[in-house]
Amino acid sequence: MTYSVRSATVRFGPTLALDDVTVEVPGGSVVAVVGGDGAGKSTLLRTLAGEVLLDRGTIEAPPRQRLGYLPASSGSWAALTVTQNIDFVAGIYGLGGDQLTARRSELLDRASLTPAADRLASQLSGGMRRKLGFIMAIVHRPALLILDEPSTGVDPVSRIDLWRLASEAAASGTAVLMSTTYLDEAERAAHLVVLDNGRILVQGSYDQVRSGFAGVVTQTDEPVRADWAWRRGRVQHEYWPGAGPPPGTTAVAPDLEDIVIALSLVRRHAGPS
Amino acid sequence: MTSILLRAEHSTRRFGPFTAVDDVSMQVQPGEVVGLLGANGAGKTTLIRMLLGLIAVTSGRVELLGGPPDRERRRRLGYVPQGLGLYGDLTVRENLAFSAQAYGTAEPALPPALTGHADVLVRALPLGAQRQVAFLAALAHSPDVLVLDEPTSGVDALARAALWDTIRAQAEHGAGVLVTTHYMQEAQQCDRLLLMSGGQLVAQGSEADIVGSTTAVAVRTEDWAQAFAVLNAAGAPVMLAGRAIRVANADPAELQEVLQAAGIEASLQPVPATIEERMLMLARGAEAS
Repeated sequence: MTYSVRSATVRFGPTLALDDVTVEVPGGSVVAVVGGDGAGKSTLLRTLAGEVLLDRGTIEAPPRQRLGYLPASSGSWAALTVTQNIDFVAGIYGLGGDQLTARRSELLDRASLTPAADRLASQLSGGMRRKLGFIMAIVHRPALLILDEPSTGVDPVSRIDLWRLASEAAASGTAVLMSTTYLDEAERAAHLVVLDNGRILVQGSYDQVRSGFAGVVTQTDEPVRADWAWRRGRVQHEYWPGAGPPPGTTAVAPDLEDIVIALSLVRRHAGPS
Repeated sequence: MTSILLRAEHSTRRFGPFTAVDDVSMQVQPGEVVGLLGANGAGKTTLIRMLLGLIAVTSGRVELLGGPPDRERRRRLGYVPQGLGLYGDLTVRENLAFSAQAYGTAEPALPPALTGHADVLVRALPLGAQRQVAFLAALAHSPDVLVLDEPTSGVDALARAALWDTIRAQAEHGAGVLVTTHYMQEAQQCDRLLLMSGGQLVAQGSEADIVGSTTAVAVRTEDWAQAFAVLNAAGAPVMLAGRAIRVANADPAELQEVLQAAGIEASLQPVPATIEERMLMLARGAEAS
């Protein structure tokens, strides 16, 4: 089963939040949406979650009870324990008894949260709270799992846990749509969508995005054109979209972060349209 | 007169039975950017709040600008907390005017990206723009010390690069900067690193000092997803860098065995370990104990 939004346009008052966006999410794979804040990531996810209506376009999503959604905000109840949070949500989906007990302990185990089962959600670290939110979104085995920045502000170790949980969900046939600001995470997804100002800058597999990228990225201490350069670690990278870099510069193999920044710069230099 | 801007000496903070910061000694000097690393819950934010005098130490001592962190010394501090510390119900201009008044300094000029938002309520702004406002408010009085708690969390790649330009510029003008981050690429932009785990300062110095004796093996294979699943199921400390699989503190021969048993062909190569791998080994040690 493939879920999708097609030619989606969403306006909030004068703001064009999504502008003719088409994204497909096939069962069994992870689709990552990247972009800065205000790019339209949350809006895109919320259209599929049924929380935002389209002004134009079509949506194909499973019915509510087959949908799992982790919103960008916490997604759990601070005054309930980890177990109570999971059981409450499971109850809404009609899950209970031995079935719930088995499912709960399986998920807690996979998320390395078993030792925290009786802790209040308010006493969890940020990474643990996101993992709890993830479990609550997936406890009823949804057909479509929507994760809004599950890993933002989460430490690198918990981030790997979250990635493992998402890829395991995909391996079992779930269609997973997640947004992230970590570009190394997006590199792993089967398909990635780069949003900027409500529009798609580029989408495809990482290999497709990389091979479709034109121009050269160079590494330098002193950029030639400051408005085409950005900081990478202790050096600067600079993008040469057209004719290529001048002699004497050092070209680097651009990674996804370079590609996304370079494409954003092209969009910025072209001005608002 | 001391040139140490921030100092903790055997500082401990307990919350009831829980020790959030455990006997930590560290310092920040003018002109340096010090990165404070650690998992969620390692004690980073509690340490910062003690250094700034926002919570008391249970034992030990902290100094801000050579003395107790009082209101007078905090005037020379720029602080951007995780929650940004802005007033959502005030406009951008009102927020900046308020903080300028509090610090007794002139209101900062708005950069081009914010000029259109001067009269917008802060809570109506996207997070990235709110972060810019918080930075402006924190920098307007040219502070001697800048403390930033996850300044770039959730910010896009281009804005992140710009924020780091600002951070480096402050250090070049002589300010001392203490910054927490979960982006290891950002950690590499710091002059010096501190790594916390379970409330303790477990390593400090360069990236190599932080990595310490941790080793790593890179696993190269056609089907990285399958190999990741197999190694993970075998309980190996697996990390991913993009699509490259890495295993910390592993014996290549043992890994090869596990992969072969699952019918996966892979080449294994020892590589320098990363800070993340050190953090993973610390987390595993904590679980085991």
